[in-house]
Amino acid sequence: MTAPLFDTDVVIIGAGPVGLFAVFELGLLDLKCHLVDILDRPGGQCAELYPEKPIYDIPGWPEISAQGLVDQLMQQIKPFEPEFHFGEMVTELERTAEGGFRVRTDAGTTIKAKVVVIAAGGGSFQPKRPPIPGIEAYEGTSVFYSVRRMEDFRDHDLLIVGGGDSALDWTLNLQPIAKNLTLVHRRPEFRAAPDSVNKMFALQEKHELTFQQGQVTGLKGEGGQLEAATVKTPDGEVEVACTRMLPFFGLTMKLGPVADWGLNLHENLIPVDTEKFQTSEAGIFAIGDINTYPGKLKLILSGFHEGALMAQAAKRHISPDQRIVFQYTTSSSSLQKKLGVI
Amino acid sequence: MPKITFIAQDGSRHEVEAENGSTVMEAALKEGLSGVEAECGGACACATCHVYVDEAWFERTGSPEPMEEDMLDFAYDVRPTSRLSCQIRVRDELDGLVITIPERQA
Repeated sequence: MTAPLFDTDVVIIGAGPVGLFAVFELGLLDLKCHLVDILDRPGGQCAELYPEKPIYDIPGWPEISAQGLVDQLMQQIKPFEPEFHFGEMVTELERTAEGGFRVRTDAGTTIKAKVVVIAAGGGSFQPKRPPIPGIEAYEGTSVFYSVRRMEDFRDHDLLIVGGGDSALDWTLNLQPIAKNLTLVHRRPEFRAAPDSVNKMFALQEKHELTFQQGQVTGLKGEGGQLEAATVKTPDGEVEVACTRMLPFFGLTMKLGPVADWGLNLHENLIPVDTEKFQTSEAGIFAIGDINTYPGKLKLILSGFHEGALMAQAAKRHISPDQRIVFQYTTSSSSLQKKLGVI
Repeated sequence: MPKITFIAQDGSRHEVEAENGSTVMEAALKEGLSGVEAECGGACACATCHVYVDEAWFERTGSPEPMEEDMLDFAYDVRPTSRLSCQIRVRDELDGLVITIPERQA
């Protein structure tokens, strides 16, 4: 099997609102974009953290929901046919001999591009480590935050913690192959789909799994091998024997691999200039919440402005000898052709 | 302005004034109290502004809405009077409110 290989003008890391609008500004300058995002859909924090929340400071929109803004941006950039790589995280970024860049994702996708735009916001969404003291010692040996191979859980005393869809889905999927399965959740109500919850309770009726209401407060084991978890229940503490644990505590943002790409960083942000929004490496730009400069405001509208200026600089970086004629979408027939409106 | 007393992680008490309509989370941040992180900025989208409401005050602050309950699933050591402080709006009848900051945030 050969890993997918793509060749494009610009690769944008992060498909949040700022990354999406960059497609528009770059598209007006005839630059094609590929976007990579660890989430399974566009929108970044707007889609993941607060899709229903209203935003009041998008120019021209007295009020718009976060998801509504993402939908509008997707509509706006459609003419430029961006290509999306969802559910993937860029792990490597290197220069090519031809002066461009090669990025690789954790899914094995390789994209060659002339310019890289980092629009990664607060970083990549990664599973949250639950606040259980000492859990680090078991990570990767007994405690896992995702299921890569179901077989790794066969014949184990499995403890799943959480009340959302991930917790319930894996409870139902792994129950048939685990030796014993205990699901721990803080309260009898679940965030997960009611159908999965009903199935779980049905299995409990048949004594094929145990649902324990409570919170995991401690772990026991040696050398990374988990033996038991202490669970604080409404009726006091109990100990649950377990050799594998899957905690599902939602997602958090981490800077992630961006830190390994040799860019200057300042307090986990990428310093840029305010003319080009370029990083310490020529040809690598950073826009939106992930960058910093004097007077920086972490606003979506600031990210849009940064995208517009970055696009001009990216065009000059790619085609230094080409004269860029500044045009308005209102009056330029050539821009309107690109937008498909005439 | 209503006054709120925060009991910090080290046991120290901090009395702060809070404007009506603002949130208890904002009052804690303004005072620079450690232990209230409010990573999401008050969108009820994380659980890092988790606090314990003094039992005597819990009836007046009220119980969490379903969305807040969902987020509390991610907090550490959730107790019967746990709330996310970004979801408690300051008003006159909360003058004197006592809030304990938990040992750690999620």
